[in-house]
Amino acid sequence: MAHVVVGSDCWPFTGGTSTFDVEAATVRELITALDVQFPGLGDFIDKRMAFAIDGEIHQDAWFSTIGPASEVYLIPKIGGG
Amino acid sequence: MSETLDKPTVLNVVGTRPIRPDGADKVTGRATYGADYNMPGQLVGRILRSPHAHARIVSIDASRARALPGVKAVVTSADFPDLASEMHDGGEAASNLRDLSLNVMARGKVLYDGHAVAAVAAVSAAVAEEALSRIKVIYETLPHVIDVEPAMSPDAPVLHDHMFTEGLETPPTTASNIAKRHKNVRGDVDAAFATADVIVEDRYVTQAVHQGYIEPQACVAAWAEDGRCEVWSSSQGQFMVRTYCAKVLGLEISDIRVTPAEIGGGFGGKTTVYLEPVALALSRASGHPVKMVMTREDVFRATGPTSGAVMHVKLGALSDGTITAATVELKFQAGAFPGSPVGAACMTALACYDIANFTIVGWDVVTNTPKTAAYRAPGAPIAAFAVESAVDDLARKLGMDPIALREKNAVRDGTKAAYGPTFQNIGYLETLAAIRDSDHYKSPLKPNQGRGVAVGFWFNVGGESTAAIHISEDGSAAVVTGNPDIGGSRASMAMMAAETLGVPVERVRPMIGDTASIGYSMLTGGSRTTFATGMAVVQAAEKVILDLRQRVAKLWEVSVDHVVWRMGQAECIDPAKPDKKPMTLAALAAQSGRTGGPISAQVTLNAQGAGPGFAVHVCDLEVDPETGHTSVVRYTAAQDVGRAIHPSYVEGQIQGGVAQGVGWALNEAYIFDRDGRMENAGFLDYRMPVASDLPMLDTIMIEVPNPKHPFGAKGVGEVPIVPPLAAVANAMRGAIGLRMSSLPLSPPAVLAALDSRKG
Repeated sequence: MAHVVVGSDCWPFTGGTSTFDVEAATVRELITALDVQFPGLGDFIDKRMAFAIDGEIHQDAWFSTIGPASEVYLIPKIGGG
Repeated sequence: MSETLDKPTVLNVVGTRPIRPDGADKVTGRATYGADYNMPGQLVGRILRSPHAHARIVSIDASRARALPGVKAVVTSADFPDLASEMHDGGEAASNLRDLSLNVMARGKVLYDGHAVAAVAAVSAAVAEEALSRIKVIYETLPHVIDVEPAMSPDAPVLHDHMFTEGLETPPTTASNIAKRHKNVRGDVDAAFATADVIVEDRYVTQAVHQGYIEPQACVAAWAEDGRCEVWSSSQGQFMVRTYCAKVLGLEISDIRVTPAEIGGGFGGKTTVYLEPVALALSRASGHPVKMVMTREDVFRATGPTSGAVMHVKLGALSDGTITAATVELKFQAGAFPGSPVGAACMTALACYDIANFTIVGWDVVTNTPKTAAYRAPGAPIAAFAVESAVDDLARKLGMDPIALREKNAVRDGTKAAYGPTFQNIGYLETLAAIRDSDHYKSPLKPNQGRGVAVGFWFNVGGESTAAIHISEDGSAAVVTGNPDIGGSRASMAMMAAETLGVPVERVRPMIGDTASIGYSMLTGGSRTTFATGMAVVQAAEKVILDLRQRVAKLWEVSVDHVVWRMGQAECIDPAKPDKKPMTLAALAAQSGRTGGPISAQVTLNAQGAGPGFAVHVCDLEVDPETGHTSVVRYTAAQDVGRAIHPSYVEGQIQGGVAQGVGWALNEAYIFDRDGRMENAGFLDYRMPVASDLPMLDTIMIEVPNPKHPFGAKGVGEVPIVPPLAAVANAMRGAIGLRMSSLPLSPPAVLAALDSRKG
């Protein structure tokens, strides 16, 4: 199970909980699984968050793979100047 | 100067310094910027802007303007759809379309001095100006608020009645100007402070500053009778302009074609739209093409600066220099609509440090000022000013060398960043060592001089890009991408294509396609283009090579595996065919019609794995104790650049970031009068540094390649603006012996600090 960590952006959906263990092999599966657990969170993170999978940031990438022991940090999408 | 780690295989083009492909056009004035476009029968568009910082629009009467001979159209918010609040991807990240629309044209209320309330199209500038003076707007002025902390007060005038603070544990029941709270916590910060040997803390203030691009926003828009539209404009992303125009005007994407003009600087400020939807609305109403060009005053009053901020930083450390605790609170002006870069500031604030216990809180606060827009490494320079000033004070209190303190607490490969992910392939320690070992850092100072060190971090990003390569019949190549060139990307695209194809870079012509000529590409920003679009270019070149090898294999009647591509030609490695002589790209191109048709390839991708950037700067400045005038006398910037594709451009990016950061530190600030009107909306009164203000800015490029990029490139344009604010402030601390924690460090402020020292 991937270990997922979310920040304060997601707390309104998770009730303040920050860490979860989720069965997901891709980012899209993770989005779906979290939306089942916390209705509305899936759409929110799909639009607003990037996924740092084992340290590497993936943005708007549904098919990026997540390993069974991966650590996934959800961080706000990053832009720049 | 360049220091290379992990030497790559031999490269013939990447890492060299060919003449820039846009150079001749720019130095001869031939380059076509947004304001250089003209169409037959075009009208001149002008915008009427609010004179009030906050007011209700009671009525707009444009009848006298419409009656003026030569006026062909007048538009107000009534000519734009009243959009619902909806987040939509279009630029770099999702934007609220209603806020975007209301910023383009005010509806019901004006929220800052300079907010657009109406626009006219006329046969000449004089007629358009006269028409603006004939539009009668009746306002009911409202109390306004400019600075961030007053805007957070419970009794502050509220800009948006529907806005309730996001990110709180308990949702608020009343509207306020606080759009959002960000919070990031690790460990037990209170316990760590309780056991710290040394604690420093201070309050830091920065002012809103503008990106200061030389070229004001400009566009021409033409709405044809069949409903199809064309836009020529200067922006950081033609696809962004297309998306936002379609949304703001309720059009189909397929009805809009946007052609990117040459761009005279953006720095993040041209990642949104201001004029284009208005020009289209005027063109629709008038039946003529409409050209709109901002004045410098328009640029200052109506386009996004970055935030002013108030910050509080507290650091705790053990006597050996280990930083054990940190609290950081960041309050950022967002301008008239939510969306300051405080989220990124929270993530970058402690990104250079491995700290076990911290709390970072950020507040996104709306104010009666222009909506903020991205500015290089958005938010990071502001947060770094506060944190790096505190780290400097901590070093002094500990009696440690400031670089040694940073080395002791530095993140490295395997460190979990303060914002979450684990760092990999970073060159931060090498960058610190480069400054530590530099001649500059070891050189003595003269009287009234001070030396400051500061560090900075930026994520860098990848994203969606398209690139196409077309081989001409003489073997030359055209490289087409969807990214406007704001910092040398045409050169780097041509070089990466040339390196991969094995041809001289002079044989490659880089071009930027319009929205109907090349596939979608995210805008140019976030230091993503050389990384992400460059990856697409390399892959397109590899597709071309595979196509060529397959054609040659048929000619030679060998397996494609026995055809290799070396130095721009196909070579046969089939031992059974020793007589096959190499075929050059030019030879293959000349007979492409007979071997399968034109040689061309396109690649689309969504690049992931951009390597982060780290920078370490050292600044020497000298203060005139009689006037408070400050001169930067020496400056050296070291940066992990991954692999410098064109080193001169990389050096230029570093030097440009430093120059902008020095201006931010020493002079720049939006100044408002008591009515909330900007008082210094021009370069005479808004003081940006010019070449004569600065010494030669020395650069040290540290090359720790990014394994996710075919040549190891990392984004280089963002992070060089992160350390300068604090590097200058820390140098000032050294020069005058006092911590100045409020920017800008202008002569009157320095003089006041010197006077306080005497008192």
